[in-house]
This record gives sequence, C-alpha cells and structure tokens, in this order.
Amino acid sequence: MLIRPKAGILDPQGQAVERALPALGFEGVHNVHVGRLIELDVEDAGRLPEMCERLLANPLIEDYEIVNHVDGPEARRDHQNAGLDAPRRVNA
Amino acid sequence: MRFGVVRFPGSCDEVDALHACRRFGDAELLWHGDRDLTGIDAVVVPGGFSYGDYLRVGAIARFSPMMEAVIDFAENGGPVFGICNGFQVLCEAGLLPGALLPNDSLRFVCRQVEVVVEATDTPFTRTCQQGDRLSIPVKHTTGRYFAPPGTLPEDQIVLRYASGQNPNGAMDDIAGVCNAGRNVMGLMPHPEHAVDPLTGSADGGRLFESLAMVPA
Repeated sequence: MLIRPKAGILDPQGQAVERALPALGFEGVHNVHVGRLIELDVEDAGRLPEMCERLLANPLIEDYEIVNHVDGPEARRDHQNAGLDAPRRVNA
Repeated sequence: MRFGVVRFPGSCDEVDALHACRRFGDAELLWHGDRDLTGIDAVVVPGGFSYGDYLRVGAIARFSPMMEAVIDFAENGGPVFGICNGFQVLCEAGLLPGALLPNDSLRFVCRQVEVVVEATDTPFTRTCQQGDRLSIPVKHTTGRYFAPPGTLPEDQIVLRYASGQNPNGAMDDIAGVCNAGRNVMGLMPHPEHAVDPLTGSADGGRLFESLAMVPA
C-alpha cells in the first residue's frame, strides 16, 4: 500500500525535501510528496481496501494505492535486489 | 463527579490530568486493557504517545478495549475530554470531526499560548464567557487541525488560538472542537498543565471545573 497526503493538503515534509534537492544540484524537481509504504502478505486481497479505509490510511487526509505483487515475497525481494544492483553495475 | 483518566502504553500526561481532575472532583486511572467504566461520570483521554504513535498518531489506541468502552460511553451522552494525543485518538475513533496533521513548521512546539473561548454551551466551557482568553501551554509535533470542507459546523469550534499565536498551522486557528452532541471535546493545548498559579497560569482549571459541574 502506498499512502500519500491528499492533494490540496499542505505537505511540509514534501516541501522541505523539494527545497533540499536543488542544494545538492538536483534542479527541476517539482511536486514532491512524502508518504509511507506498507508491505504485507495477504490471503484475501479483496479485503485490502477495507484495511486501508479502517486502519492503514486515514481517508480524511490520505489517499492510498494498492500495488499487487502476485508473485510473492521471494520474487519481490529478488526484484528489489536487482533494483539495488543495477546502479552498481552502471558505476563499474 | 468522578473522572476516569485513561492510561495507554505511551501516555505521559495522565498523572497531571489526574491531578487536575482531583482539584475539582474524584478521579481514578483507567487501564487501556480494561473496559469497565462503572461509576465514571466523565472520561479524560490524556496526552502522550499512545502505542508509540505507530502508523499514525492515535490510530492504534483507537482500537484498545478501553476505547471501545469510551466510544459506547460517548454515544450514550457521557462527557469525554481528549487532550493532545487524546484529541488525536478521539478524531481517529470518529467521535470528533477532522484529523491532526504534522505542524507546518515540522518542529516540536512547546510554549504558552492564549486560546479564545468561542463556545460556552458545552460541558467543558460552561464556566467561561465567550471571548475569554485562556493562557495554556501547547507541546506537540502533530497539532495542525484539519477538517475537510463541510465536515465541521462553525458552532462545533470551541477554542481558537488568539490572533497571531497559532503554533502549528491549524485551519482557521482551531485549537479545540466538540462533536454535534456537544458531549465530546478535543483540544491540542494542555489545560492539565495550567491548573496552579505556581506554573504560570491556572486558566486550564476552568475547563476541568466546568466538567465537574456536569450533574453526576
């Protein structure tokens, strides 16, 4: 689940990050928002929206998005490791 | 009048709240894992970091056995007073409209502020006059009150920060709100830390005094 501040609600954390990036030379970055990621394994994915509405997000102030990795945690971890390895290969 | 003050794992202001209640009535601590409110006339949900503020402030505490009992108590008209983290818990529980967001400064604020009484027809403000200014400290990181448009009627705004003293970016300078039934109130400032002139102000006692006048 990806949980973000709702559009239109002041996101000072996103603004602080947006201001910090140009200081490191990363120009041209806009609309930075900081949210949170909740990872879980679930038997009945049909219940995920209800979990988000009742506990994982606060629908008054946050939007949520459900990202489904149907290939399971092992494959997900492999995928993440591949993502970490890629830039190292570029540097080499 | 017998107050019950809820203690969650991570509460830190429950002893001051107990002390404040005892200036005006009897009071006892209520453990979060219990659900017995027998003999309790008013419930105080105090400040702190209930359940470590994990996930979102107030999100986990809202499901504790004691909060289930407090929700029933409130729905039957019992007065419930949420301070700081207690305010956040009551919003998460759906007993109060809106939610609390991180301060616009992203900083912890700890300072004395003045709040203006906007409504006196609640069990919490009945000893006040409209427009009274109360000097009460705030200390929080997540105090920026927000309610989506159309969800907070004007008459449910009980306290506002005095002009120029909004410490957190709260919508319309809102410091405290009540529910439509007017028996549940939450506020970010800490009236329990302002009950003795020794600590700079006794103005917070007015709210506990009001509550103690509720017919038992």
